[in-house]
Amino acid sequence: MSLANAAHSVVEPSVGTRRFAGSLVVLYAVITMIPLVWIVLTSFKSPDDAISYPPRILFTPSLEGYCNLFTTRSRQTPEFIKTLGPPQGLCDNIARDRNMVIAGPSNYVPRFVNSLIIAFGSTVLAVALGTLSAYGFSRFRVPLKDDLLFFILSTRMMPPIAVAIPIYLMYRTLGLSDTRLGMILLYTSVNVSLAVWLLKGFIDEIPREYEEAAMIDGYTRFQAFVKVVLPQATTGIAATAIFCLIFAWNEYAFAVLLTSGNAQTAPPFIPIIIGEGGQDWPAVAAGTTFFLVPIVVFTVLLRKHLLRGITFGAVRK
Amino acid sequence: MAQIRVEALNKSFGTFHAVKSASFTVEDGQFLCLLGPSGCGKTTTLRMIAGLELPTAGTIRLGGEDVTMNRASARDIAFVFQLFALYPHLNVRRNIGFPLKCEGVGAAERERRVEEVARILRISHLLDRSVSGLAGGDRQRVALGRAIVRKPKCFLMDEPLGALDTEMREAMIRELRALHDRLGATTVYVTHDQLEAMAMADMIAVMNNGVVEQVASPRDIYDRPASLFVADFIGSPPMNFLPFRGSLQTGVQAIRLGERDVAIPTAREALAESDLVLGVRPEHVRFSDQGMVRGEVYGAEYLGTTQIVTVKTRYGALKARSAASVSFRTGENVGLDFRPDTLSIFEKESGRAIRTALHEGGAHG
Repeated sequence: MSLANAAHSVVEPSVGTRRFAGSLVVLYAVITMIPLVWIVLTSFKSPDDAISYPPRILFTPSLEGYCNLFTTRSRQTPEFIKTLGPPQGLCDNIARDRNMVIAGPSNYVPRFVNSLIIAFGSTVLAVALGTLSAYGFSRFRVPLKDDLLFFILSTRMMPPIAVAIPIYLMYRTLGLSDTRLGMILLYTSVNVSLAVWLLKGFIDEIPREYEEAAMIDGYTRFQAFVKVVLPQATTGIAATAIFCLIFAWNEYAFAVLLTSGNAQTAPPFIPIIIGEGGQDWPAVAAGTTFFLVPIVVFTVLLRKHLLRGITFGAVRK
Repeated sequence: MAQIRVEALNKSFGTFHAVKSASFTVEDGQFLCLLGPSGCGKTTTLRMIAGLELPTAGTIRLGGEDVTMNRASARDIAFVFQLFALYPHLNVRRNIGFPLKCEGVGAAERERRVEEVARILRISHLLDRSVSGLAGGDRQRVALGRAIVRKPKCFLMDEPLGALDTEMREAMIRELRALHDRLGATTVYVTHDQLEAMAMADMIAVMNNGVVEQVASPRDIYDRPASLFVADFIGSPPMNFLPFRGSLQTGVQAIRLGERDVAIPTAREALAESDLVLGVRPEHVRFSDQGMVRGEVYGAEYLGTTQIVTVKTRYGALKARSAASVSFRTGENVGLDFRPDTLSIFEKESGRAIRTALHEGGAHG
């Protein structure tokens, strides 16, 4: 093939173009990473360093933010502190330096657990419902199919917070306010439309012959769906799951409005972590950093699927 | 294995009548090809036999049992798809074993039968490969393996060789026929390729516009086409058609074509004066100076052992198959004769073949 060996190809970008494109990507990545880096740095600063102006790039790292995130503390006199035994671990030590003793764990862990349960619960539910209905829309002659699909999508045409008051009243009547179940149902209903539309595209791409072959081989339609369609839709399911999870994980407005003592998630909790004399910025930053971990892990685990998934099935192996 | 009987089968999609009262029987162990141009309803017919579509009207009997409305999974048939439909998430071994798993065959027995099928199809060395890396012919063998492993009542194949290149296709034609002879399996095979149908089938059902035009052996389909469509569709180049007007009496042995009498197989029915068509295969056209049809050589297509000569006549362009050694000049005036015992006559309006002595040699009158 003389074309492939040619020095100058028409389809392949030249080295210069590739370098330019590469540096643009790097530049964009750096810009988007700055706030994240800032948060991570702040989480390791002492409260004084965190609010100093001009901001300090170089500072002595401290775990105070993380200690403050996970504990509540009370101020004591130095005399009282001396009467106590040796400090119990690192955080105790840091607290005593500031004339404090640890009074107990903070609410961060329960809020974090709420976030995990609500986000993953609603994601599983939305993806499961989405997969089933996407399969139905893709394979069966559903009356008013196009109208129904449009109707499903139309639930995303307004900002969800626009329906905050009706939902608030409805939840209060139903006893769903400040419950995990209520939040799971809410996030599921927001995400399910996205899931149906994304997954319908993926399932449309799977040839019907696979199910037909399985059904001729003696399987029922549901068995064929489970054994043949689902394994081939994993890419789409993974991509959809990540999108749903990110929404549910980061959702703030409804969480502020509908949850408080019982089912509160981490997003409304983190910014109101109060230290002595106002906002405890290192603790807020630590809470945010910690909050990023599950979604990063989840995304990295499914990264392969996500990369193939966001091309919306345009590239098939 | 079992006989398949299709009776007055109809299928409509909305206002589109895809299959119109199709009837045919595939005897136990027979290989029947459903042949026709794309959109003629052959695949729809096959899918109805499989249970992937439900007929609008009519019945389908499998081994005597009425299965018209049964689910596909309850029919005990195997289906080979044009695009193979191998499950990409399973390897070759598990693809072939997939139908057995559903029947609840134990692991050891399953393994034994998969190995046996792989040996028959000569794909034993591929069993642990992923199906996505296989070549077209091997994919087709795996798809066949999945079909035969279960020992079903019959095989249905929807253009299984359509996705293969020409060379592979010819090899697979021989393999498929050999496999059929070895298993004695009742087979319905859909194709739009007449060469495939001719090479493999015991019987061919030619379909057009949802209608089964003729069901007969490949030889009868070629020599004694039942309709203008069949005559035109089968054969390459197709049959020549010479339109004329005339009437027929039972027993006559010639028709009047222009100013000349043309000998035909003895007519077995009478027909009032109407528009008729004389059909003659290119290989039954002979060059002769006293020929009853005269024309001008338009061109010749050299095929190695033979050549196809196109002659412009008052009846349109006629094609004649002639020995490759004869040379023709373009524009040369030639006379053409037809071999009388092979001629077909059709009613122009309905396309139906008129009954003559030609039909008495074949199995189907």
